[in-house]
Amino acid sequence: MKLQARTHAQTIAFVLMTGLLACVPMIGIYPYFVMQALCFALFAASFNLLIGYGGLPSFGHAMFLGTAGYASAHAAKVWGFPPEAAIILGTLAAAGAGVITGALAIRRQGIYFSMTTLAFAQMLYFFYLQTPFTHGEDGIQGVPQGIFLGLIDLSKVLNLYYVVLGIFLAGFVLIYRIIHSPFGEILNAIRENEPRAISLGYKTERYKLAAFVLSAGLAGLAGATKVIVAQNASLTDVHWTMSGEVVLMVLLGGLGTIYGPILGAFIIIAMQQYFAGFGQWVLVIQGLIFIACVLVFRRGIIGELAHALKIRL
Amino acid sequence: MAEDIILETRGLTKEFAGFVAVRDVNLRIRRGSIHALIGPNGAGKTTCFNLLTKFLQPTRGEICYEGRDITAMAAADVARLGLVRSFQISAVFPHLTALENVRVALQRKRGGNFDFWRSKNVLNSLNERAMALLDDVGLSAFETTTAVEMPYGRKRALEIATTLALDPQMLLLDEPMAGMGHEDIERVADLIRRVAKNRTVLMVEHNLKVVSDLSDTITVLTRGQVLAEGDYETISNNADVQQAYLGVADA
Ligand SMILES: Nc1ncnc2c1ncn2[C@@H]1O[C@H](COP(=O)(O)OP(=O)(O)OP(=O)(O)O)[C@@H](O)[C@H]1O
Ligand SMILES: [Mg+2]
Repeated sequence: MKLQARTHAQTIAFVLMTGLLACVPMIGIYPYFVMQALCFALFAASFNLLIGYGGLPSFGHAMFLGTAGYASAHAAKVWGFPPEAAIILGTLAAAGAGVITGALAIRRQGIYFSMTTLAFAQMLYFFYLQTPFTHGEDGIQGVPQGIFLGLIDLSKVLNLYYVVLGIFLAGFVLIYRIIHSPFGEILNAIRENEPRAISLGYKTERYKLAAFVLSAGLAGLAGATKVIVAQNASLTDVHWTMSGEVVLMVLLGGLGTIYGPILGAFIIIAMQQYFAGFGQWVLVIQGLIFIACVLVFRRGIIGELAHALKIRL
Repeated sequence: MAEDIILETRGLTKEFAGFVAVRDVNLRIRRGSIHALIGPNGAGKTTCFNLLTKFLQPTRGEICYEGRDITAMAAADVARLGLVRSFQISAVFPHLTALENVRVALQRKRGGNFDFWRSKNVLNSLNERAMALLDDVGLSAFETTTAVEMPYGRKRALEIATTLALDPQMLLLDEPMAGMGHEDIERVADLIRRVAKNRTVLMVEHNLKVVSDLSDTITVLTRGQVLAEGDYETISNNADVQQAYLGVADA
């Protein structure tokens, strides 16, 4: 009974979300805003997979968003890759960066893990600042959107929108599946009690590394897609403030909930968009939200909602 | 040398920043026996367990399990050889149900645990076996209860069921009855006796009645060193032991 109620709530939430998103272009919401939010939502969901389900608090997740962005921007613009290939390349680049940084960070526990990821992110930031192909402060501008799979012209807004929505949903479903897979069960057990998992014979570092790489790859998918949407790759996406922003999105929406990061990303992106006129005040408001999350509603919006309704979202 | 030794240590020593927690310990655990490790608080019993299961790296000394030197092995690999431990502080997966707790252990031998693209419904094939294990420790009624909601004694039983799911050759139990009421102690003692029929058990326990009822051999540890070894008779008549450990209580 309880289990059924849970699955029902999730099915309803999924249908609602997909339906709403599919209708966006028809109800007069600026599609570019939604596309951007979808990319951040996928980024936040990938981060949530790592911290909320893997129990691994990375402070440098922007490095995967940015690495994928630069890789796919360069591939599309300089090498003339079609968009799907550029996105795949970006995703792989991020996953590759995940293998290297993960292998070294996973051995540290708690705050030391976080600090190691932050250190790598800073190193990559300076690399991207210095290396010629990223064009430093200017970034890679004018990335062509191209023809998706040789069929869909992405320079048309509607086409672009539904391709981005498709990528987002694919990423979302994959994350849902990872969480509810045999692998997800072990990951969950490790987060709950790592020494016990080891004593049962699990080589926990391998599972944590796998989670790290999956999360990095998915963050990369978000970053690569974002580049095709925005047609540029810049240092903002690898900056440490971006790593902080994704923490905020996930906390606001609800850590360890499936829908929380999505909602959190939409709220933060909407705030930046609509409060842009307030200048620096946006940061102050973000700071206040952050404090509110930590002090008052620790479960985040979706987390509190799920708790109140006794369902899982 | 006719004895069949499953686990043996030679000169096992662990130093923590100059403080010697375990000093030159030579243990020989006979296959199929229940061996108790007793001693006052801080004697180094848990540290010994941590060394034997490779949760800690010894400063000096060797550990042989099934005739194999495991001194340099990783903890997960030791567990895979069939030497499985429990913890002094109850070690369950708190937010998993009793059934899921046991299933995590069963999952290891099933394999395919990196399959992130598959539905976890494939694990339902393990449910029957998991239920049987729960039943075995009297936990059938707790199938869908999360571990954190279970009474303390039941949690310890769940731990044992989870350990047994691996079908280990040898169990290391760190104070399996600490904090339990009478009834629970009886039940867990029965359980240990039953599982020890075809396994070896090494356990740390403060409850001397339990120790005398269950164990074939007892090793007394004080300040990291072996003070005495033998059956309960021998140990309780040993003057050093009476002085250092049993004290007036047993006089
Ligand atoms: N990681 C550690 N670092 C430093 N000292 C430690 C560490 N672990 C244990 N000790 C010390 O080693 C000694 C032995 O501890 P241990 O936990 O093995 O005792 P014990 O016999 O299990 O005691 P109890 O009956 O209280 O469980 C204690 O003095 C303890 O403070
Ligand atoms: Mg102890």
